[in-house]
Amino acid sequence: MSKHDLLIIGAGLAGLRAAVEGVRQGLNVAVITKVHPVRSHSNAAQGGINAALTDRGDDWRDHALATIKGSDYLADQDAVEVMCREAGEAIIELENMGVIFSRDDDGKLGTRAFGGQKKARTYFVGAITGSALLHVLYEQSVKYDLHIYEEWFVTKLIKQDGKIAGAIAFDIKTGQMELITAKAVVLATGGAGRVFEPSTNALICTGDGLSLAMQVGAPLMDTEMIQYHPTTLAGNGILLSEAARGDGAYLINSEGDRFMEKYAPDYMELASRDVVSRAEQTEIDEGRGVDGCVYLDLRHLGKKFIEERLGYLQEVALEFRGIDLSESPIPIKPGMHYIMGGIKTDLNGATNIPGLYAAGECANVSVHGANRLGANSLLDTIVFGRRAAVNSVEYIKSFSSLEVDERELSKEKSRIQNILDRPRGMRSAELRNKMGATMTKGIGVWRDKDSIIEAMAKMKYLRGQLPNVYIENKGKVFNTDLVSYLELEFMVDVAESICHGADKRLESRGAHFRTDMKSRNDADWLKHTLVQFADEELNTTTSDVTITDWQPTERVY
Amino acid sequence: MEAQIKVKRFNPENESESFFQDYSIDVAEDSTILDGLIKIREELDGTLALRCSCRASICGSCSMKVNGSAKLVCKTRIKEVSLEGEPVIVEPMSNFPVIKDLVTEMDLFWSKVKSVDPYVKTNFEPEAEHIVSNESMTHLLGVMNCIMCGACVSECTALEVDPTFTGPAALAKAYRFVADPRDEDKKNRLGKLNENTGVWDCSRCLACVEVCPKDVAPMERIVKMRDLAIEEGYTNTSGYRHTESFSDSIKKHGRLDETRLALESTGLLNISGLIDLAVIGIKSLFKGKIPPPLPHKPKEADKVTSIARRLDSQETEE
Repeated sequence: MSKHDLLIIGAGLAGLRAAVEGVRQGLNVAVITKVHPVRSHSNAAQGGINAALTDRGDDWRDHALATIKGSDYLADQDAVEVMCREAGEAIIELENMGVIFSRDDDGKLGTRAFGGQKKARTYFVGAITGSALLHVLYEQSVKYDLHIYEEWFVTKLIKQDGKIAGAIAFDIKTGQMELITAKAVVLATGGAGRVFEPSTNALICTGDGLSLAMQVGAPLMDTEMIQYHPTTLAGNGILLSEAARGDGAYLINSEGDRFMEKYAPDYMELASRDVVSRAEQTEIDEGRGVDGCVYLDLRHLGKKFIEERLGYLQEVALEFRGIDLSESPIPIKPGMHYIMGGIKTDLNGATNIPGLYAAGECANVSVHGANRLGANSLLDTIVFGRRAAVNSVEYIKSFSSLEVDERELSKEKSRIQNILDRPRGMRSAELRNKMGATMTKGIGVWRDKDSIIEAMAKMKYLRGQLPNVYIENKGKVFNTDLVSYLELEFMVDVAESICHGADKRLESRGAHFRTDMKSRNDADWLKHTLVQFADEELNTTTSDVTITDWQPTERVY
Repeated sequence: MEAQIKVKRFNPENESESFFQDYSIDVAEDSTILDGLIKIREELDGTLALRCSCRASICGSCSMKVNGSAKLVCKTRIKEVSLEGEPVIVEPMSNFPVIKDLVTEMDLFWSKVKSVDPYVKTNFEPEAEHIVSNESMTHLLGVMNCIMCGACVSECTALEVDPTFTGPAALAKAYRFVADPRDEDKKNRLGKLNENTGVWDCSRCLACVEVCPKDVAPMERIVKMRDLAIEEGYTNTSGYRHTESFSDSIKKHGRLDETRLALESTGLLNISGLIDLAVIGIKSLFKGKIPPPLPHKPKEADKVTSIARRLDSQETEE
């Protein structure tokens, strides 16, 4: 049994930022991650990270207002204030750690424009900002000699006397299972995109943390808020960054028109993502698309500009579609990208379970509300990753020691063995593909009562099928067959929660657009939805949104 | 389309030997090798082990050998490497121990990355950002593009014969700090990189440059660090002496004097090195691989020497 003060699950930006802070605060910290840290999905963020730096005439309040308007007034405004206030410090700290941010002519940090904001306040590294940040945070983990359980898979959180006491996990390389005790746990497991098919998300984004939290009694908040990104490739769902539009790319339909003129005359291509995705889908539905896509057009930006600032986009376009962005527009469509919803936390990342914290995409503070602005997700990970660790210190210091019942481990071992012992059945991929198709159909850019109810019923049925999945691979070493199944168990919890959230919210707000209830209803629905296990069943309730200085108004771009 | 994929399998739990297994799968026309492998794993054979995550050439998980050379399988389309529909041969990377099937042990790879102190060292924490030129940052973007996939290490011919060599990935990482204007430890870094297993152990075969899926060009960074090390005054290395002897020989004689090159690289005062060299010399002699001790004079040696001198003066002007 290994013992730590603080165990962080996930080694993306939120997890590593929390871990570095934990070490700085003098805690015995360990990070556990199912892939090597630099394989984490924070890598995939391309465009940049937002901050209002005061020394260049920007104001965090403007950033906050853009974020709140982007959220369609569902974000908790106290949380948005924290994020936007701390953004400047976060960016400078990242630069000091070694991030090679792009510079302006004076050698100071340079910006690019991003969606939903009038002012350019997105700091960036080419079109690999997430990767550049993640590798630098990994560098810091080397500097601080972090203890990392690399390629370990967490199957269960341990709760004792109502408090978090650690986790059970196995080493994917050997199959060896261990009880790892910790006085506090930070969940930083990222998103759950694989619940949908297709998705921009990596194959590892299976909502592990959301399910782990639910299993110990934490509620998920606003799960219905699923972001469809406006520029993804058809078929495999691979992302082309908003940085393209931030740097001036157009969206055009089959008639060659910049159709955003009709939908967001002021912001054009840089309206909020939910707005742009709906505009694209309307064009496609009304017959002005080609093979279910519209076009992203960068030709006027020129080859040199594209290669210098948007190099990774050019690589993706060439490798996956054989298209040179400086010569041809590329077909794109809205694609599932991000879950605004997640484990409900307070401003310090704390959940309702003592000792359990969450940060990053798996958490919901909530700063993104019903629609996240581009380049706010990286900021979210850095600000709230740090805060979770800082705020765990006092809690951790209130313990002298922690003893955990070892029987927890043998119970979990036999649960896993029973799964491996299933003699026959279907493959987990079969069930996962059905889930992905169900969710994409039911909880899409558009949704309505019928589609939601159908998805919910189908998901309940698919949950019932889980015991019929069998694991062909019976080995201990690198058994990805087993890992995929356990991930599927997590995803089913998340998928069902998403359906329940969608069913509960009787209005359209941000990314949750119901064709049977097309308007926002502030009188009844300035509320968060909460989904939680009550015994074995999912139970849905609501809570109030925190409004500070910004009263909801009509949202026009 | 029907694709044939031949996968090198190894299971440490059951078999002691690796073997090839043939799979035939129906995939979409523009499928990548990764699409194919995932389909095999999900529909045909749940025991197949591989690493993969992002599917978009940014996470660096899925570097494997395809028809003999290292590639990211997520961005390699089946039809690119199987023009006539012949089987695509997929193997784990070379120069790494195999854990299972296509999954390799990367512990040594990471420990070499850690050995170059891979973090920016600054002695002060300014309240604002460091003021540096955009060009310097854009230049670093070239190495920051590295996703640590290991393809360069898999192909490295120097590592093949000397596993202690720091290797192209870790050295490219080192360059990222050596060339970072914010780093204040450049001289020490170069001193360390100048030691055995460092920059001089690269054989300059270009394999890493050729296979890198992100155009990081590790070898070019290594060569650049050699120059920077010399500029910093680190000249007491066989690598440096080799370079000097090589260019002297060309400038003076219009040819390479291999005997002198070997002696001078070792160092004429390096007694133990010279003894080692003598042993190698005797062995080579018996195998008929030693050059004639008295150099012949090439026909147009004068032209070669004048070209060499001209290049030299151009470099000085620059």
